[in-house]
Amino acid sequence: MIDPMEDGMTEPVISLRGVRAELGSRPVLRGIDLTVGHGEVVALLGANGSGKSTAVRSVIGQVPVSAGEIELFGTARARFRDWSRVGYVPQRTTAAGGVPATVGEVVSSGRLSRTRFGVFRKADHAAVRHALELVGMADRVKDSVNALSGGQHQRVLIARALASEPELLIMDEPMAGVDLASQEVLARTLREQVAAGATVLLVLHELGPLEPLIDRAVVLRDGCVLHDGPPPKAVGQHALPGHDHVHPHAAHDAEPIRTGLLS
Amino acid sequence: MDFLNYDFMQRALLAAVLVGITAPAVGIYLVQRRQALMGDGIGHVAMTGVGLGFLLSWSPVWMATLVSVLGAIAMELIRWYGRMRGDLALAMLFYGGMAGGVMLINLAPNGSNANLTSYLFGSLSTVSESDVTAIIVLAAFVVLVTLGLRRQLFAVSQDEEFARVTGLPVRALNLLTAITAAVTVTVAMRVVGLLLVSALMVVPVAAAQQLTRSFAATFAIAVAIGVTVTIGGTVTSYYQDVPPGATIVLLTIGAFIALTALATPLARRRARALAAAQPSTDPAECAIPASRGTDGKVSV
Repeated sequence: MIDPMEDGMTEPVISLRGVRAELGSRPVLRGIDLTVGHGEVVALLGANGSGKSTAVRSVIGQVPVSAGEIELFGTARARFRDWSRVGYVPQRTTAAGGVPATVGEVVSSGRLSRTRFGVFRKADHAAVRHALELVGMADRVKDSVNALSGGQHQRVLIARALASEPELLIMDEPMAGVDLASQEVLARTLREQVAAGATVLLVLHELGPLEPLIDRAVVLRDGCVLHDGPPPKAVGQHALPGHDHVHPHAAHDAEPIRTGLLS
Repeated sequence: MDFLNYDFMQRALLAAVLVGITAPAVGIYLVQRRQALMGDGIGHVAMTGVGLGFLLSWSPVWMATLVSVLGAIAMELIRWYGRMRGDLALAMLFYGGMAGGVMLINLAPNGSNANLTSYLFGSLSTVSESDVTAIIVLAAFVVLVTLGLRRQLFAVSQDEEFARVTGLPVRALNLLTAITAAVTVTVAMRVVGLLLVSALMVVPVAAAQQLTRSFAATFAIAVAIGVTVTIGGTVTSYYQDVPPGATIVLLTIGAFIALTALATPLARRRARALAAAQPSTDPAECAIPASRGTDGKVSV
């Protein structure tokens, strides 16, 4: 379970082969290969405009692909229907829409893939509640999402992805604009998911507090894979002291106090 | 209550209640996806349908339904394929629909601009038996969709990209929303008029938001406001001989203002309760975000 890529017994959870994509006439992906094995945690890194978000969004079918093959759990993406196995956290700064909604209502929409015709049973309500417990937001279930901080919005978005109890988590910049307390909660949540056997594909701007979790890093530049292997060591500005004091293990004891301050 | 003795008032009130239910029920999803003016666009397109109805001597209500459903589908497809910016596409439909309606009704042998006015601004006294039948059938469809598929429509309107990854048929649900909005416009056409339809879809939702924290409560209160103002406006227009559509819309805006005024002290009290519930935290830390939240409510 820890490193199934090495034994090669299971088929990859995500497989991209020679994927090309254009936005307008500009090529954004120029033939990338990417494989994520069962139980692996893969970070997709790269500068702005390197195509990392587009790569992830091509996996979930949000971006049309002009060439190449994409498979999810061994099924061609166009024929893939088993979406409850996938939890997706889009790049957002807010979980709110144009009408007030409670934390519970937003997270419930992540459970729809497990229901028949959107009818919620006892187990579905329990799963929503459990997803909120995982991100430490169970006490906010009846609160409006408009009343949350940036980090809490991100925690709600992740709870929404977890509500279907997915095997694969795809997250696009989950740490963007997230305060320290929430970063630690997110890192802990992710660690628990990984320990339970989840596969994770993350788009990250920098490794940050998630670094200890990451098995492999894929670095993109100009729509091509530049590096595929162990996570690169932080250099330059990212190696400065300000960047490593947010490690999740340091946070563990201090965490209850921090959540209290936030809520 | 002598107005209940008249057949035309019974029909008018029934139509008004159905409009009061359906318009906010659809409007809430449009507001949620930040397309509050879509109802207005469809209203203009429906004008062409009314004109076509007169020209072909068909029922203008059914013709308007047909044309506005086609218009709504066109709007959704334009948005989907992204050939044109959403606001520009909407503008095209606004002006094209309006001009088409005026042109067709002038070409029609039995049509005149006086006929058109009753569709533009609503005219309760002319709601016929067949209009009522059409309104009941269409309203039943709208209620069925907006309540039956509320979880799916909520998910799609809240976050379209996420909804697609949950496997929801996003494109079909978007089309269904557009069609339901178009149907609602024609339901409301006889009561508030095509030019004021959108107000009844949007303003009750905006008013309800002043008080609520959840989608479910917003839905319920918006519908309650909708029914209250449509009945109130209809009865007022009977006694005072004022146009019903304008009366209803002005009442709705009045409700919005009243609820906003009411919401301010309510938000303050909530903020105080929240601060009191967390005595362990530094009071200075808590007071700042709480008062900010209240100010935000006022300015909306």
